[in-house]
Amino acid sequence: MLGLGVERLQADINRLLASLFHQGVLDEQFLQLQQLQDETSPNFVYDVINIYFDESEKLLRNLRLLLMDREFSDYKKIGLHLNQLVGSSSSIGARRVRNVCVAFRSASELRNRPGCLRGLEVVEHEYHYLKNMMHELFQLEQQRLLAAGVRYPM
Amino acid sequence: MVMETESQFHVLAVDDNRFDRKMIERLLQKSSCQVTTVDSGSKALEFLGLRVDDNDPNALSTSPQIHQEVEINLIITDYCMPGMTGYDLLKKVKESAALRSIPVVIMSSENVPARISRCLEEGAEEFFLKPVKLADLTKLKPHMMKTKLKKESEKPVAIEEEIVVSEKEEASLVIEILPLHQELESEQLEPMLSSNKRKAMEEVISTDRSRPKYNDFTTSV
Repeated sequence: MLGLGVERLQADINRLLASLFHQGVLDEQFLQLQQLQDETSPNFVYDVINIYFDESEKLLRNLRLLLMDREFSDYKKIGLHLNQLVGSSSSIGARRVRNVCVAFRSASELRNRPGCLRGLEVVEHEYHYLKNMMHELFQLEQQRLLAAGVRYPM
Repeated sequence: MVMETESQFHVLAVDDNRFDRKMIERLLQKSSCQVTTVDSGSKALEFLGLRVDDNDPNALSTSPQIHQEVEINLIITDYCMPGMTGYDLLKKVKESAALRSIPVVIMSSENVPARISRCLEEGAEEFFLKPVKLADLTKLKPHMMKTKLKKESEKPVAIEEEIVVSEKEEASLVIEILPLHQELESEQLEPMLSSNKRKAMEEVISTDRSRPKYNDFTTSV
């Protein structure tokens, strides 16, 4: 009975990951990230993605504040924030977020304010989608650990 | 001295961004390196034993800690950082007699050829584009091995260099003696020296005379 729980959860995890890869939300860099996790650093993926969330939300908040300012003109600062988002998103394999950040950055290089506002909306949308998916993934992982834990008491 | 017997390399990673620090730390650990991370160039210099004077950022003095137990085999630093950039840090390391033999690697999320060549010209061993991959870090081993071998063979010379550079009162006298001394040593060590080290030693001869800041070194022995 308990074995089925673990296997079904693992199947759910695999299905979710496959779907995210298929949608282009994640790319192979995410697998590289998983490979960095091991017995010496068993929560690495969870930890680093949470840092990614913290840092990204700060950047997105700053971007929104900058663009909402009627007297805004600091496109260079927007570019710097976006460089960071592009880099960190690439590092965790968040391909769609990375791509929309690149598009947003192009608008900022052209000093196109409406383009930037649109770009920010798209980035926020993709980012929140990713975050929800990651939360779902982490929940499944946690349930699987619990199910496996009951099966193999320590 | 205890560290001499350990075979693990110790890397100092410098990045102002929390996410990037976490990534580079894990990548380095996965490459079997011991890692220390700091979030700024000035903290890196402090860790390495160089005291940065807040009133005059261009004055560097060697603090007694330079002879501490922590031996750094490589510095890997982000290029874009507020205050002291990775390039500034690279320059300060290469300008320091005590630290210049430590290989420095620069990381950047931007592919700017002019930036890359500037860093390599200043003495950086490698320039990595972010996101840094595990495969990139395999390039580091040869650079770190070089310093370990160097340190074992050049110890007597290194200590004498320290004394010579740091005795303020006899600075002018010492500078006169230095070229002869260096020439003798470089002949003896010729086969073991890489071209980088040879260049660095030649620089010591030429720059000691032209750089007034070396007079600011306090006695560290």
